[in-house]
Amino acid sequence: MYLLIIFLSIIGSCLAGLFGRYLGSSGAAVVTTSCLIFSFLLSIFGFYEVALLGSPVYIKLFTWISSETLNVDWGFMFDTLTISMCVIITFISSLVHLYSIEYMSHDPHLPRFMSYLSLFTFFMLILVTADNFVQMFVGWEGVGLASYLLINFWFTRIQANKAAIKAMVMNRIGDFCLLIGMLLIFMNYKAVDYASVAVLTPLFQETTINFINVKVNLLSVVGIFLFLGAVGKSAQLGLHTWLPDAMEGPTPVSALIHAATMVTAGVFLLARSSFIYEFIPNILEIITVFGALTAFFAATTGLVQNDMKRVIAYSTCSQLGYMVFACGLSNYTVGFFHLSNHAFFKALLFLSAGSVIHSVNDEQDMRKMGGLKNLAPFTYSMVVIGSLALIGFPFLTGFYSKDLILEVAYGKYSSLGYLSYILGSLGAFCTAFYSMRLTYLTFLSKPMGHRKVICYAHDSGTYICVALGCLAIPSIFIGYLTKDMMVGVGSSFFGTAVFVNLNNFNIFDAEFINTFYKTLPVNLSLLGFFLALLLYVFYNNLLFKIKTSLLGKKVYNFLNRKWFFDKIYNELFSQFFFKFSFSISYKFIDRGIFEVLGPTGLSSIVLGAGAALHKLQSGYIYHYNLVILIGITSLLGIRQIYNFVGFFVDYRLLMLMVVLYIFLFNYPEHIENNND
Amino acid sequence: MLSISINFIFKLTCIIFFIGLMGIILNRKNILVIIMSIELLLLAVNLNFAAFSIYLDDIVGQIFVLFILTVAAAESAIGLAIITVLYRLKNSIELDPIKKKINNKL
Repeated sequence: MYLLIIFLSIIGSCLAGLFGRYLGSSGAAVVTTSCLIFSFLLSIFGFYEVALLGSPVYIKLFTWISSETLNVDWGFMFDTLTISMCVIITFISSLVHLYSIEYMSHDPHLPRFMSYLSLFTFFMLILVTADNFVQMFVGWEGVGLASYLLINFWFTRIQANKAAIKAMVMNRIGDFCLLIGMLLIFMNYKAVDYASVAVLTPLFQETTINFINVKVNLLSVVGIFLFLGAVGKSAQLGLHTWLPDAMEGPTPVSALIHAATMVTAGVFLLARSSFIYEFIPNILEIITVFGALTAFFAATTGLVQNDMKRVIAYSTCSQLGYMVFACGLSNYTVGFFHLSNHAFFKALLFLSAGSVIHSVNDEQDMRKMGGLKNLAPFTYSMVVIGSLALIGFPFLTGFYSKDLILEVAYGKYSSLGYLSYILGSLGAFCTAFYSMRLTYLTFLSKPMGHRKVICYAHDSGTYICVALGCLAIPSIFIGYLTKDMMVGVGSSFFGTAVFVNLNNFNIFDAEFINTFYKTLPVNLSLLGFFLALLLYVFYNNLLFKIKTSLLGKKVYNFLNRKWFFDKIYNELFSQFFFKFSFSISYKFIDRGIFEVLGPTGLSSIVLGAGAALHKLQSGYIYHYNLVILIGITSLLGIRQIYNFVGFFVDYRLLMLMVVLYIFLFNYPEHIENNND
Repeated sequence: MLSISINFIFKLTCIIFFIGLMGIILNRKNILVIIMSIELLLLAVNLNFAAFSIYLDDIVGQIFVLFILTVAAAESAIGLAIITVLYRLKNSIELDPIKKKINNKL
């Protein structure tokens, strides 16, 4: 049954992908969706068994690699962390499948799309259920591959191709770091499965290793590289630029990959590797800083984006920052709690954004929408629910997890804790502001689109509405329902899945912080919410004046261009590497030095030397005589000279000189011959 | 025994030898002069052999001289025969290039 959770999706994917031609669009859709729904039901049952009854399941299929000390099994481990992820993934994925049936109904390649979606789900499940790092890496690379295929689904669009390549390459930078981390683990632990690594980690606390000629603490370096892997996948500051660009794919793809599943893999890795991170507090501090900065950066950038999907993408990026700094503050359970809640309402937001885009004739620019409140009321209510959950409106899902994250940040009573609290609270303010802005510009303002578009705007069909409705319910309730279970004080829900060092344990402290600081994030969120409403409804002129003032223009530009990250990366790194790889490594080294010392140069020198020697034979007898004379004389002469200088000159030097002579004097001559 | 010093004779034979050598190398036209120069070379060698034979009081050198005389005679006879054949073919005994100039590009 547990294996069926994982393998149903690949069965569906194979059926839709290989026999899509025979099944047809509707057939492929039915097959994949029903596989996923079955998988979801099974994982609900698994959740009951594993998480609620507290009996982890371990299935070893067979040995994959067995070579001396390296032993990698195909093993599937279902503990609380895994099965919770399984429920989230299969739930979101099955709804996205259902949603795609209608959303992509006019696309001729629906079977392929469904196949890719299922493939993605399969790799994600492999990632979370693996019992060792290598198998986890299979899923890690697999979701990268599937995201490439899905972003690039409309392969005729150049922007989609570029975005897909960007996503793949940015992810690959992180993957490479993850690989280094894994290799370091294997080199020192001689094991790659989580159980052995977790048990052995305390032994290596003081171990230093020689890494690129620097003596460093083993655990620190492993922690850094695993985290860099997570940075790539979870779009943290530095490697985040692929996430907003990945919005070129169809909207269900954005909902599945960039909201609910793929980006959570990084946070999942941090929670899964908690047994390493708990022994390296200095790396945890770095993680905290990265997470807090990402949360703040993405929230401010989201303020002024005009593409509806990009706003949500940046909010995803921002929320991932919250999760990561929660993990950095050793509150993995809290981070994971936010992850699970975020998956529901972010999928809801993305899918309703898709519904909006669908209803206004595929227009994504929010400035050209407006007035959809009465035309698409169902979608409107869904967006409002999603937005309120996102900004942490009291008693909705986001409230329980997001505020808890900020509380534990404050309750850490360290400077980094305060930093992340402040940045997180400001981020919460910005989140509320842009959520309201999105809602206003899309639904509440006067209609801005073409008359024809507005006339035909309407709510979407049954499948989309069912999917949205199914997501709206957990978006409202899941936080309340699972709070005590996941992060309740003294809850043994996670058991051994997450390890927290007692020195870092602060969830009790977080419960007893000042009321002012406890309520500040909610107050800031509400302030942002109402400020946005006020500004956009009544003081639009003021907003315009601020935007067009001298300073305002600069700030607007700075934020709208995403803090110039793309520009800097492009000009500093991409251009540099392009130039380097073309003019230096290709033209100078490969086609230059290697060619001259290699085939072309050598052959031309041999030919040149041959031609030169050939000219010696002029046919005149007296020339031959002269050569004989010179030969005898120079041989005798060299012998005489050698008597003097032979003590300090090696005879091999003479040969070198002869070869050098041939090279120096014959090469240019032959270039002319070559050009003939 | 020898009344003049061996060095003097050696210098003389060297000079004769180099005259012969220069005759071969510097001469560009006449084959007869080349054959004469070769005779001169052999003569110098012979003289050297004879002188050293007497100087070292050893008969082997003179035996060698006799051999070389015969070889030189045979060689000049064959050489002259070749010249005759060449003359019959080309109506001149000038030293043209032996190799025909072919326009061969590498």
